[in-house]
Amino acid sequence: MSKSHLELTGVSMSFDTPQGPFQALDTINLKIRKGEFVSLIGHSGCGKSTVLNIVAGLLQATKGGCVLDGHEVNTPGPERAVVFQNHALMPWLTVYENVELAVRQVFRKTMTKRERTDWILHNLELVNMAHARDKRPGEISGGMAQRVGIARALSMRPSVLLMDEPFGALDALTRAHLQDALMEIQQDLNSTVIMITHDVDEAVLLSDRIVMMTNGPAATVGEELTIDLPRPRNRVTLADDPEYVHYRQAVLRFLYEKQRFPGKGDKAPQASTPTEEADSTAPESPVEVKAPEPQPTSAKTKKPVATAVQN
Amino acid sequence: MSTLTSTNPLLQLIRRRYPDVTGKALLQSVTLPVLGIALFLIAWQLVAPQINTSLGDFPTPANVYEQAGQLWQEHQNEQDRADRYVEMQEKRNARILADNPDAETRIRPYPGAPTFIDQIFTSLKTVLAGFFLATIIAVPLGIMIGLNRYFAAAANPIIQIFKPVSPLAWLPLVTMVVSATYVSDDPMFEKSFITSMVTVTLCSLWPTLINTATGVAQVNPDLVNVSKVLRLPFWTHARKVVLPAAVPMIFTGLRVSLGIAWMVLIAAEMLAQNPGLGKFVWDEFQNGSSDSLSRIMVAVLAIGFIGYVLDRIMLMIQRKVAWDE
Repeated sequence: MSKSHLELTGVSMSFDTPQGPFQALDTINLKIRKGEFVSLIGHSGCGKSTVLNIVAGLLQATKGGCVLDGHEVNTPGPERAVVFQNHALMPWLTVYENVELAVRQVFRKTMTKRERTDWILHNLELVNMAHARDKRPGEISGGMAQRVGIARALSMRPSVLLMDEPFGALDALTRAHLQDALMEIQQDLNSTVIMITHDVDEAVLLSDRIVMMTNGPAATVGEELTIDLPRPRNRVTLADDPEYVHYRQAVLRFLYEKQRFPGKGDKAPQASTPTEEADSTAPESPVEVKAPEPQPTSAKTKKPVATAVQN
Repeated sequence: MSTLTSTNPLLQLIRRRYPDVTGKALLQSVTLPVLGIALFLIAWQLVAPQINTSLGDFPTPANVYEQAGQLWQEHQNEQDRADRYVEMQEKRNARILADNPDAETRIRPYPGAPTFIDQIFTSLKTVLAGFFLATIIAVPLGIMIGLNRYFAAAANPIIQIFKPVSPLAWLPLVTMVVSATYVSDDPMFEKSFITSMVTVTLCSLWPTLINTATGVAQVNPDLVNVSKVLRLPFWTHARKVVLPAAVPMIFTGLRVSLGIAWMVLIAAEMLAQNPGLGKFVWDEFQNGSSDSLSRIMVAVLAIGFIGYVLDRIMLMIQRKVAWDE
């Protein structure tokens, strides 16, 4: 394997609180190849966002560090563009102006005005939002605003695209649309993506690799799962694909065992609080993390993949 | 944080009762205010004659209406006189120039006393100048305070202490300082104008300052992160992200400030004998004629109405400028 594109080495994070330091992350190691799509999955409060913010440079790791293309990450920068959960568009700017703010800042020296205009429109077309270029964020739906947020991030031509639960606030249909759009764009551009998600199906469908995080405090990487499904992927045909179902089960099993039996199969045992986690994931859709709760016995019986496929 | 409610509580009440605006609600939004004014006038008319002062009975609405017309008439008469005065000088100058083309001629301004209408315009000019000065101090300062929590912590006690100070306390100091420092043979502005303006500024900049600082400090952290990811330079960040995000809060502050500026101005003019509506009220009070109370009441209503109009204008500007309206 060649030199990794993005590397996190021994990343630990503790926050100062009035009750003393709170250890959020403990020794996270992660190597990501160029063009790889990596999902971070884990329960609420496990520090997924903290990892992403450290890569983005918005937070500084207390120990360890993050290296991108041979340079240590200390500050935020457009080569690590972030897509925020709630689009984070400037409400007073139009769709076009929001992307323009980014493009003008990043390419003001390397592109002519004409080129910048074309580049803005190109990115809006990529996410099918060119028709709404003169609308304000308040005048378009959440899904459309999130498309613009993605266009803005892509317009920075980032080395790594960081997505913090990008589809978490959207309804299921819009989410599926945007997932397909993202898959297509990512394949065309061969972008490196780190995405945080709660959604097991989303993680399996989109990722090359799923990084599963243990429960906090002192969360770390529990397991990694390489998703070896051919691209382009189709959500409808994949639903019956035994391999897909196997991957899905593997992620569910990890999350399920984590939640029910904290410390089991985990390098860093912690006293997690299952009730709190169940509460915090409660508002999400049933496909997500807390889905396997109704079948508490299946954890013990580690069925072979083939028998688990029947549904 | 102080926010302005609609200046029309009746309308608000109606909106609460009938969230979906029906024809009935619309009708009521017209009839109820009219009814309210009518009831007020009737009560006034009934109560006024009961109040006996050394200057006669308290004026009734009819008295006040009559004096309003009277004040307007006086203004017209003065204007006619001023026109004639200037016309007379022009004629004389023309005569002099006809005799001697090299003669230096000039036109003296009409020396008559300012009328009620003149005083209104003096007051408006002063309040707008003071408010403008307060704005250009308070908005940038508020942005600095909102952006930097160390600066905010340092500035906070000073703001809290000066905010509640009455204009009457500032006025003697301002008067003395202006007299001492604003020395010029050919002053661009009257000293009295500067004194009133500075007093207005000192009293009215606080709401804008506090609201701007709060608005800036409360900018959505995601937007700040976007700015960080883009590595926007400080000034671009302030101009393109912070300022627009804080505009709704800034305008709320500006409206409170303008209201305070107008109230403060009247008090300052009254106490300092600076030209303006406050001086008009004071002069009428000292004058003590049988019409004085009616004329003061005209001034009271005019002050209220102008304050209302100023607030409406600010609201209109806010709707034009702010993105959340």
